[in-house]
Amino acid sequence: MTVAKRTFDAVIVGAGGAGLRAALQLSEAGLKTAVLTKVFPTRSHTVAAQGGVAASLGNSTEDNWHWHMYDTVKGSDWLGDQDAIEFMCRKANEVVVELEHYGMPFDRTDNGKIYQRPFGGHSQNYGQSPVSRSCAAADRTGHAMLHALYQRNVRANTQFFVEWIALDLIRDQDGDVVGVTALELETGEVSIFHSKATIFATGGAGRIFYSSTNAFINTGDGVGMAARAGIPLEDMEFWQFHPTGVAGAGVLITEGVRGEGGILRNASGERFMERYAPNLKDLASRDVVSRSMVTEINEGRGCGPDKDHVLLDITHLSPETIMKRLPGIREISIQFAGVDPIKAPIPVVPTCHYQMGGIPTNYKGQVVVPKDGEPNSPVVGFYAAGECACASVHGANRLGTNSLLDLLVFGKSAGESVVEDIQSGNLSLKPLPADAADASLARISRLENQTGGESVAEVGQAMRRTMQKHAGVFRFDKLLKEGVTAILDVAERSKRTEIKDKSKVWNTARMEALELDNLIEVAKATMISAEARKESRGAHVRDDAPDTAEFPNGRNDNEWLKHTLWYREGNRLEYKPVTMKPLSHDVEPIALAKRTY
Amino acid sequence: MSKRTVQFKMYRYDPDRDEKPYMQDISVELEESDKKLLDALVRLKAKDDSLSFRRSCREGVCGSDAMNINGKNGLACLTDIDNLAQPIVLRPLPGLPVIRDLIVDMTQFFKQYHSIKPYLVNNTPAPERERLQSPEEREELNGLYECILCACCSTSCPSFWWNPDKFVGPAGLLAAYRFIADTRDEATSERLDNLEDPYRLFRCHTIMNCVDVCPKSLNPTRAIGKIKDMMVSRAV
Repeated sequence: MTVAKRTFDAVIVGAGGAGLRAALQLSEAGLKTAVLTKVFPTRSHTVAAQGGVAASLGNSTEDNWHWHMYDTVKGSDWLGDQDAIEFMCRKANEVVVELEHYGMPFDRTDNGKIYQRPFGGHSQNYGQSPVSRSCAAADRTGHAMLHALYQRNVRANTQFFVEWIALDLIRDQDGDVVGVTALELETGEVSIFHSKATIFATGGAGRIFYSSTNAFINTGDGVGMAARAGIPLEDMEFWQFHPTGVAGAGVLITEGVRGEGGILRNASGERFMERYAPNLKDLASRDVVSRSMVTEINEGRGCGPDKDHVLLDITHLSPETIMKRLPGIREISIQFAGVDPIKAPIPVVPTCHYQMGGIPTNYKGQVVVPKDGEPNSPVVGFYAAGECACASVHGANRLGTNSLLDLLVFGKSAGESVVEDIQSGNLSLKPLPADAADASLARISRLENQTGGESVAEVGQAMRRTMQKHAGVFRFDKLLKEGVTAILDVAERSKRTEIKDKSKVWNTARMEALELDNLIEVAKATMISAEARKESRGAHVRDDAPDTAEFPNGRNDNEWLKHTLWYREGNRLEYKPVTMKPLSHDVEPIALAKRTY
Repeated sequence: MSKRTVQFKMYRYDPDRDEKPYMQDISVELEESDKKLLDALVRLKAKDDSLSFRRSCREGVCGSDAMNINGKNGLACLTDIDNLAQPIVLRPLPGLPVIRDLIVDMTQFFKQYHSIKPYLVNNTPAPERERLQSPEEREELNGLYECILCACCSTSCPSFWWNPDKFVGPAGLLAAYRFIADTRDEATSERLDNLEDPYRLFRCHTIMNCVDVCPKSLNPTRAIGKIKDMMVSRAV
């Protein structure tokens, strides 16, 4: 197979929020940029975000970035890096206002400012009372944002390679990143994208779980590519289960529903969150709400004939409010739950939603790895932003609306770093290694010639079932140990997947096989990192680390206040310290404390 | 719903293998939890991995899985499988070149979308904070900004079938009006100039297929009518 070579200043992989935001920085600086995306940009999963983007604009209630920073650190269960969190919260107003200037159709307050609604875990005055911090366009914020960012890129003449799937990261003998290989779906041809800088903005991998709010395309492509290229993955044991996925269908119902006044009820109609989070109630942090729901269900207070879900009730809101603020939710509820929420409550269950961990980066969007005793040494030429990256601002649990903020702030920041590093001459076009495309061609050729293997659908199903059973909302030592063996077995099976379709043209069977290679890296990293972390923290809660006087909420800061790093080779784990020091010397660190809502 | 078998007549074409397209009779057994047409397609693909279609969000916001379902354009992920007459006839969106099976080449569709300059134009220096817009002014964008670019509308429009290179089509015109209607946009007259031509706007003959098929219940015909009104009032 011949491999075409194309040369750019920078290559961005992924055209969701983070990729598009980074692309603007590069295009507007006049760099020769290629944005590779396996779907047309507006089909990226940012489109499905609903409730809003966080910024302490203070349009409806008093607010400031210090409060936002406190909430984010506390939400992360102190695993987030405080330098990156300070950076994100301080930048929030700037990036949200920019987006408004790009044309984003935010809802408005009576005095014409951006409309803001309350959201889980966001508070005034360090946890005192809910704050309206979520900037929203009805319940279609992600859609409005993604389209506005794409439109701005049309204006900036960004060069897109649409329906190209990136295959592998190319590193040279120094370990520096010099580009990626990619396959064009329409022709089946593989090309090398040779570049001074490579930015990964490939999103999450929520499709490792059976029950997921995520799109089919969320297959952790960047995370898998990084792992195969020897980059460690950070904090992969931390997965967010969103409290309100439609029972059975998994489709997301935004937390904004509770922000607008929605209430979770058990079989007896009780507002049970009052018992678990007396202060913020239904607007407690997502991990807390999800666990409370599962506890209700496990203790027999679930709803429906199988007592397997709880109800999200907005029947007390006026139909006008629902039609104006939550129109998309009403559509989804009618479509996927068969319920009009104006008349009856929506059946919901916690559903896998967001990957807190990912490719380790600093607040500048540079990918960082341990090297020569330095835990955060930048990899030359490699950047990442958005859900595929771990800056780490979400730590052990992300707050709602901080994901859209993350992709704006760090998409921009990664873009700025690349522009600066190229314009200053720090980055040059290093020669490609002779074997640049070999790994990718070997993967393609294996699929071409494999016989007697299992189908991608079967192996994928085994992976999703295994993750769901062994690494769910509550985790058990025994199940995690068995889960490690089980997922390694699935990983072996994934090396022998067989596809029947051998066509060159738009071969989706091949694409799904290549995606499974990425998913399986994420699944291994998740299970192995989770089994090893012998404490409860944020979204990672295990049976053998219960709430005690010595270890409140089961959290053990003496031993486990550290980031996990999983290396693919030998499934090796390393750890690195959490950055407890904010970015600015005049900002006080948020001191460790027990997390209650 | 219990387990049941569903019959399909499926448009198949792989340029690498087939001389010409053909209709394939196939059936699939559905599980209880399968509710939407997309669920059935995913199950079919697990049996025959060569069946090719686009899909992503599976909840009607990304616009990937538009196709022609029993003669009418729609999204597979929002179509209830049990309400469809069988055999379910599936074809690619009409009027665009077929790449493979249910996958069409959308170049022309996006070219028209891009032609209306689908971005906010405001050359006044940006204020430090957000530009103000009243709730009533913002309301004008409802029914316009929600478009997911699935192409169900444009590919159901006879005017677009005849002149895909000259007529902007309902999706692009809806987007054009989305910016005209935005109080923050300063390019209304350039936007109208850009559509002042026998084809780009005026090939819309209010057939209203676009309204009939839009999976987001949007009304491109109304938006087109408003642009036409503006053309008329600026002419007199």
